[in-house]
Amino acid sequence: MIYFKLFLSFLQVGLFSIGGGYAAIPLIQNQAVQLNGWLTMSEFTDLVTIAEMTPGPIAVNSATFVGIRIAGIPGALAATFGCIFPSCLIVSLLYWIYYRYKTVSVLQNVLLSLRPAVVALIASAGLSILQLVLFQGKAISVDNADWLGAGIFLAAFIVLRKFKVNPIIVMLCCGGVQLAASLLSF
Amino acid sequence: METIQSQRHLSKPKILFKLFLSMLYISSCTFGGGFVIVTFMKRKFVDELGWLEENEMLDLIALSQSSPGAIAVNASILVGYRVAGFAGMLVSVIGTIIPPLVIISVISYFYKAFAANRYVALVLKGMQAGVAAVILDVTCDLGSKVIKLRRPYCIVLMAASFIAVFFFNVNVIYIIIVAAAAGVAVELIGRRKGACR
Repeated sequence: MIYFKLFLSFLQVGLFSIGGGYAAIPLIQNQAVQLNGWLTMSEFTDLVTIAEMTPGPIAVNSATFVGIRIAGIPGALAATFGCIFPSCLIVSLLYWIYYRYKTVSVLQNVLLSLRPAVVALIASAGLSILQLVLFQGKAISVDNADWLGAGIFLAAFIVLRKFKVNPIIVMLCCGGVQLAASLLSF
Repeated sequence: METIQSQRHLSKPKILFKLFLSMLYISSCTFGGGFVIVTFMKRKFVDELGWLEENEMLDLIALSQSSPGAIAVNASILVGYRVAGFAGMLVSVIGTIIPPLVIISVISYFYKAFAANRYVALVLKGMQAGVAAVILDVTCDLGSKVIKLRRPYCIVLMAASFIAVFFFNVNVIYIIIVAAAAGVAVELIGRRKGACR
């Protein structure tokens, strides 16, 4: 049965992708292209592009995309459910351990050490995106800099630091400004 | 394990609805990887609603990072449990996956036109600059708090993790493992000192 097959395939993606989006891509490719032949390699490349252009985790986006193409809406639901099912079980267990043993001294020291590391991870994610905005994946030099992107970033950053503006509104405004500025300059 | 809902004597349907709407809103508007969405969750649940403490949120992010699956889904499971128990977890996860489910289902019918559209690309490019600003804004808040702790080892750990990930592309899992090991080491050293006294 195709629904069960979709469920099982994405269950494996959900179970074995540790560390978020980019860890999941090779697993999805393996399941959807190599093992089951649900997508061609070029469709898979399109899928990764779309998944990055739309909100939501890459694994969930891919599950929906593959599911709907193979077996319609029920297929999308089966694949998506498969993809999040392992998380629900494992994370629930971790949650229980966390609140049960949070006051134990060893765990407190572990958490105290994990927090600065998490801050560093968030910083690194932010700077990687900024680097992409400023240089579009090209070498870092003044010639390659995107000054419009830099201006939008700076304006947004100042607005966020000075006034506590809703971040989603700030982000949407940035999209609007880029569109307007690009259209006006053509 | 008291939930936020029981701690504050809030009515369950009301808080579940609020949780669902918050997750739906965050999930439908946040582009990019897991760290983007957890940053928005922090803004919403810590700064705006005050349901979680900042340290608690950081712990939940570390947990969602170290379990398999999408970080956004893992974080929404944890926040959901904390806010309203099992029902909260369900509501929170459903809120998180509905937007990608709907959006991708619609786009899958004309995805070639969507991916090649110039206007879509421009808006997304601008939003990327905004996302960078949001994440770095939160980073400044969190980073300055780590520095204010005045524990040199926390600052060293933060700097070292940043250099490892940003400049050397070290797998995030190793960072989590090493940081956890450092915590165990601190505990053991503390115990030895305690025993000497």
